[in-house]
This record gives sequence, C-alpha cells and structure tokens, in this order.
Amino acid sequence: MIDFIMNDLLGTPELLVGLFALIGLLAQRKAVADVVSGTLKTVLGFVILGAGAMVITQSLDQFSAMFNHAFNVNGVIPNNEVIVAIAQDAFGTETAMIMLFGMMANILFARITPFKYIFLTGHHIMFMACLIAVILTTAGMAGVPMVVLGAIILGSLMVLLPAMLQPFTREITGSDDIAVGHFGSFGYYASATIGKWFGNKEKSTEEIKVPKSLGFLRDTTVAVSLTMIILFLVVSLFTGSEFIESQLSGGQNFLVFSLMQALAFAAGVYIILTGVRMLLGEIVPAFKGIADKIVPNAKPALDAPAVFPFANNAVIIGFLFSFAAGLISMMFLPLFGLAVIVPGLVPHFFTGAAAGVFGNATGGRRGAIIGAMVNGVFISFLPALLLPVLGDLGFQSTTFGDSDFGVVGIALGILSQQLNSTIAFTVIVLAVIAAFFLIGIKTRKKPTKTDHS
Amino acid sequence: MKKVLVVCGNGLGSSMIVEMNAKQILKDLDKQADVSHTDLTTAKTENADVYIGSEEIVSNLRDGSRNVVGLKNLLDKNELREVLNQNV
Repeated sequence: MIDFIMNDLLGTPELLVGLFALIGLLAQRKAVADVVSGTLKTVLGFVILGAGAMVITQSLDQFSAMFNHAFNVNGVIPNNEVIVAIAQDAFGTETAMIMLFGMMANILFARITPFKYIFLTGHHIMFMACLIAVILTTAGMAGVPMVVLGAIILGSLMVLLPAMLQPFTREITGSDDIAVGHFGSFGYYASATIGKWFGNKEKSTEEIKVPKSLGFLRDTTVAVSLTMIILFLVVSLFTGSEFIESQLSGGQNFLVFSLMQALAFAAGVYIILTGVRMLLGEIVPAFKGIADKIVPNAKPALDAPAVFPFANNAVIIGFLFSFAAGLISMMFLPLFGLAVIVPGLVPHFFTGAAAGVFGNATGGRRGAIIGAMVNGVFISFLPALLLPVLGDLGFQSTTFGDSDFGVVGIALGILSQQLNSTIAFTVIVLAVIAAFFLIGIKTRKKPTKTDHS
Repeated sequence: MKKVLVVCGNGLGSSMIVEMNAKQILKDLDKQADVSHTDLTTAKTENADVYIGSEEIVSNLRDGSRNVVGLKNLLDKNELREVLNQNV
C-alpha cells in the first residue's frame, strides 16, 4: 500500500500535480463541479504536455540530422516549453514537487522579508523548477533534501529577481503597484543599467513613428511557425536534396518535407502551450488567493508583456535589435567552440521587447537599442554555456532560452562540479542565497510613495 | 450567462492575471459571467460575448461581428471595471 502511494501515485507526475490542484480546490471550498473539472483539467494539461513533447521531438530529430549533415556542428533551438516537456519523462515528479514547495517558499519569503513579491508567471515557475530539478539531480542529490533545497532556491528567485528589477520597473510604470516576474531578469537588468550609462532618458522611443505592422509576432503560434519554416527551408538548402530524400523523408521532395517538419514543430509548441495553460489555470489563481491572505501588501510580479503598454515603440525596437544581436552571436558561437544557438523569434520577441522597454526607461532610444542588443547576446551565449551542465538533457537539440535560466543553471552547475559533497554544495548555495537577501535589504531604496509595510 | 474571453499573445501570463482581476471585479459588482483566458489563435475560434485584451493584440480579432474591447493598460482595474460594467 505504501509502495503504491509512494511510487505509483506520487511517482506519476500527472497525478501528483492533479493531487495538488485537488487539495487547493478543496481548501478554497469550491463547488463539487469545480473541484472535479479543475482537477481533471490539471491532470489532462500534463498529459497534453507529454503528447506535445512527442510531436516536437520527432521534428527536432530531423532538424538536427539536417543541421549536422550541413554544417558538422550541433544546431540548438532554445525553447523553454519544449525542453521542459521533454524533461518531464525523467524529472516530472521532481519538477512538480519543487514547483509546489517553491511557491510556498515564495509566500514565506514575501511574508518574512521586505520583498513582498508574489511571482505569478506560472509557466516560468514550472520551467525554473524543472531546471533546478535537472541541475540538482545531476549534482547527485535526490529525495527530500533535493526538494527542500530546490524549493528554497526557487522561492528566493521568485522574490529577489522582481526586487532587483523594481527600481527600474517603478520608472517604467510610474508606480509601485506591480513588479516584473519573468525569468529574463538579468537581461532586463543589464539593459536598464547599460541604458543608464550610454543613453539619454529624455529622448524616449515613444516620440518615434514606428510601423505597427510587426504586432502580429505577438501571436506566438504565428511567430513560431514563421521562424521554423524559414529555418527548416534554409537549412535544407544547405543539407541538399539528396541526403534528405534518401535518408530522412523516404523519397518525399526535400522542400515539402522540410515545410511539413517545420509545421509539425509549430503544432507541437501549440499543443504544449495548451497543456501548460490548462495545467496552470487552477494552480496560479489558488496560489494568488493563498498569498493574498497570508502576505499583507503583496505585490504581484507579472509576466514581461505587462510592461509593454508603457512603451509600444520600445517593444518593436527591442525585438529587432535583440534578434539582430542573436544573428550576429550565431556567427561567433562556433569560434568559442560552443553549440550554434539558432535565434528564435519568440524568446527574442518577448525578452528583447522587455529589454527595450527597460533600456528606454533609463536611456531613451540609445538605451533601448544597446540594451536590447545586450539581451540578444545574453540569450545566445547563456543557453550555449548551459548545455554542458544539464547532464543527459544537454544532448537534446533544444534548451532553456531566457537569461535567468542560463545564469542560475550555470552558477549551480559549476558550483556542483567544483564540490564533491552534496552537503558542502547545499551549505554554500544557502549561504549565497542568504548573502543576496542581506545585500538586497541593505541596498533597498525606500519607495517614494508612502508605504505602510 | 455572458461569456468574457481575455486574450494575450501566449494565453499564459497576462491574460490569466486579467482574468483573475475580472473575476474579482465582477464579484464586487455583483454580476455573473463566465470568464476565461486564451491565446490569440484560439480566440478566433472561440465564441464569447466580449473579447478583452491589449489594443494591439485584440485589434486582430475585429471583424465586425465580434464585440472586442482593447484595453490601454491591461492592469488598470478601473479601466477593466468600466469595460465589464458596460459589457456584462
């Protein structure tokens, strides 16, 4: 019986997450119909996630075969949704546990420290939980100690990173009501800091006339489809028809084959997003409900697009220059002996746009341009440097995209490689986190508004 | 029961926050409505009495037959309250 509960029930990530949702819904005293549909949708979301991963993996395998044959190096397409969906096979339970307890740690830290942020970008919480699970497992940790340490790391990031950005976020939004909770923070922080050095705040991007025609890229499905079609077709021309038609497509014309593989990839991303949406639909509102009760004056830390409306032109400028920097970086990566990171429209759109908004807030036009380019370099080099510390997961043709995943993953990975004992590793990680909290509290600027916390 | 659909590019982050805000506001206004969130692509195939999102996103949904409301600031609860008051 114990064995059945521990291994079969809790060892099946889908059911484990469903159990969390069930407990959350019961705790909110929801009606029976809501409890049943909420629990089912959460479990189903996880199942859909796995189905999407299968579709993507097939398409990615074809892509790497083509890329390898054409250039003799590994081409990697960073995509959080995809790497997390693939990782659920081996790390599903650990991811779910770290995610749940990490959210609890977030509420606890928001309650006891001056950083009253509640991180509401559910999909990013899940991705970071997955990254931490992978790195800690690779470091040789397992079971309860791993979940506890992972939850502390995740919960700390969920309050410290919004806090780090808050002085700039305040400048963008003109208030202290919201924070940015998105794991591209290091890119935005760098953008705002460099914008301050090189730019001029008075010359805002918002005085320029920018065509609105790139707005369609905010539709993720369209952006992914376009990127993948261009990418597959260009690579297939380099691979050549002979190799593709004899080795991969079973005689189907190589261009038609490439087009269909590209669309399969986009369809897979769409499936995964649908799964993630269902999965989080119950968990995040419950999390916010609990947080609002426990943490007075809790500030929501929101997804990056929350700052887009404050500087519409900076969004477009930021995307274009981030993407340009990604293309330039792609040329340089092999010179450093790193994998080729193919710049994706989606990560460059969302993080590039946010970096543009942050850069504009401190340094106007020049700040937005330089800041976004720095972000573009970050999200090209960090994913490449992250690959070696991901263990077996580093051999996939995809990886985590945003800058914080890179920074956190590389820092934890290098630390664990230097230290042979997991105890020393745990102690040092905790000490570093404590130091960051202390530095944060020491350097914290008092908000200008009257704040009764 | 009226159906309100909140739309954003990904259907993951901002639309979910706006959905939570909308549910809270409807409760305060003592109104009943079914509120859900999704991405732009899916929104085109879903029927709702009112579609809400940031202007540059939901402008893609305007075809004359849908009731589409673009918000200037997604997170401004007062603006959202106005919209819900008029449309639900």
